[in-house]
Amino acid sequence: MSATCDFTLAELMIVAASEAWRGNGEVIASGLGVIPRLGASLAKLTHSPELLMTDSEAFLVEEPIPLGPRGDYVPRYSGYMSFERVFECVWGGRRHAMIGPTQIDRWGQTNLSCVGDYQKPKTAILGVRGLPGNSINHLNSFFVPSHNTRVFVSGEVDMVSGVGFKAERWPEGTRRDLMDIHCVVSDLCVLDFNGPERAVQVRSLHPGVSFEQVQNNTGFPLLKSAQLNETVHPTQEQLALIRRLDPHDYRATAIKGNPPGIRTA
Amino acid sequence: MMNKQLTAADAVAQLRDGMTIGFGGWGPRRKPMAIVREILRSNVKDLTVVAYGGPEVGMLCAAGKVKKLVFGFATLDAIPLEPYYRKAREAGELELMELDEGMFQWGLRAAGMRLPFLPTRCGLATDVTRLNPELKTIQSPYADGEVLVAMPALNLDVAFVHVNVADRLGNCLVTGPDPYFDHLFARAAEQCFVSCERLEERLELSAEMARFNTFERYLVKGVVHAPLGAHPTLCAPDYGWDMKHLKGYVASSQAENGWQDYVQTYIAGGEQAYQAQNGGADSMGALPLPVF
Repeated sequence: MSATCDFTLAELMIVAASEAWRGNGEVIASGLGVIPRLGASLAKLTHSPELLMTDSEAFLVEEPIPLGPRGDYVPRYSGYMSFERVFECVWGGRRHAMIGPTQIDRWGQTNLSCVGDYQKPKTAILGVRGLPGNSINHLNSFFVPSHNTRVFVSGEVDMVSGVGFKAERWPEGTRRDLMDIHCVVSDLCVLDFNGPERAVQVRSLHPGVSFEQVQNNTGFPLLKSAQLNETVHPTQEQLALIRRLDPHDYRATAIKGNPPGIRTA
Repeated sequence: MMNKQLTAADAVAQLRDGMTIGFGGWGPRRKPMAIVREILRSNVKDLTVVAYGGPEVGMLCAAGKVKKLVFGFATLDAIPLEPYYRKAREAGELELMELDEGMFQWGLRAAGMRLPFLPTRCGLATDVTRLNPELKTIQSPYADGEVLVAMPALNLDVAFVHVNVADRLGNCLVTGPDPYFDHLFARAAEQCFVSCERLEERLELSAEMARFNTFERYLVKGVVHAPLGAHPTLCAPDYGWDMKHLKGYVASSQAENGWQDYVQTYIAGGEQAYQAQNGGADSMGALPLPVF
């Protein structure tokens, strides 16, 4: 891998996010937010053209839509995906979404509802949105723009909005086999839940980031993946595609300070 | 000939304290805001509000009219956090039934089909079921024996939806790219009132246009002609959301007497004054649709 590549952390994370959708087959790839959406778009344009995508409104497209004002670009639609159909897709399990929850715990449970006590919260956020249904019905990944112990909490998340691997949370007789979590892409590393008994492990560290740095910013103990390595750098081809998909450079504001992809101490 | 036209005030006069009211649309999209403003001008209170929440939730909370909120989210989308929902929520003022977005439409569907519940996996193994003890589980009577949530019917006393076109008989067209779940709100309600951008005597459509009709006129109790009636939310394909207005609305939540000032500026004077305060009908109708 060329070390001469000039790329930002956001671009590294887009490439890492795109890997989440590799080998998923014909499913809807839903990346919510700038980096996940660019990751899904890049996946479809490179290693996984079989993915289905929308225009982030109500139509399916076979060519991922560039972000923001389109100039002369006119989208061409291949189908329809209203909110009503999204639920039909979700409940049928043919989707892999990547979203940015406010909190994530060691069991992969996520929170988008509120921080603090439920009855009188310190901060009200959006509400659980589609997390309960998404998380129990199809594959999910998560995106964390600022890796810290407020996001990766020490105990359970304050309001369990999305299901995880905590056995005590599952009533007897319910089906747990329809859910899975693929990975978490943060600004420090890529995590997965593939350790013993679905423990969290670091799969790759972004350039210039140490395992200790990740652990110090995480509220629960982390394992090292047997394949732990450095997060793969973007190629020139990938960077060119990212520039085409994001002509207004929204990715420059996706990570605070828009740091370079290779961080130095 | 049948004529269901009435004024927003006539429609809102049907409301009683303590009713369960559903609002169509989705977040800051095609909300029946002219009706919401009329509710804000009325004395009705202690409402249970059922919505994919946008500014209608925040405004009704700010006015102290919401006893209970049945919802999956409240957001202005481009501005993620709904400011007055947030205030009410953080003050611990609201009774809540917080639901997964999919469960929510499932509950509306159950109501529309006159069923007590519909089964789903959504909500299992989360705090949605723990915090809502009224959500019961049910075991499949078949060989699988799977345990599922029995999502109860979300029966509404009244639903309000805003559509692009309606006629005096109550036939409606939703011509934007996504019909959201307005048809389910209409089915779930004892009475549904529709507000519309354009009112016609009687729709006489091509087969292609008729497909934009998403629910039957027998569900429609009354039709309110309310041009720009979704403002400041968007009403595709007619006009986009008003980000300037929404930013001012958010800022008002941080100002002293902010809500009272908002009411004075935008609500108290009626819809004509509302349009004048927002630059007039021509500029409101020309607000660009957002591009994602």
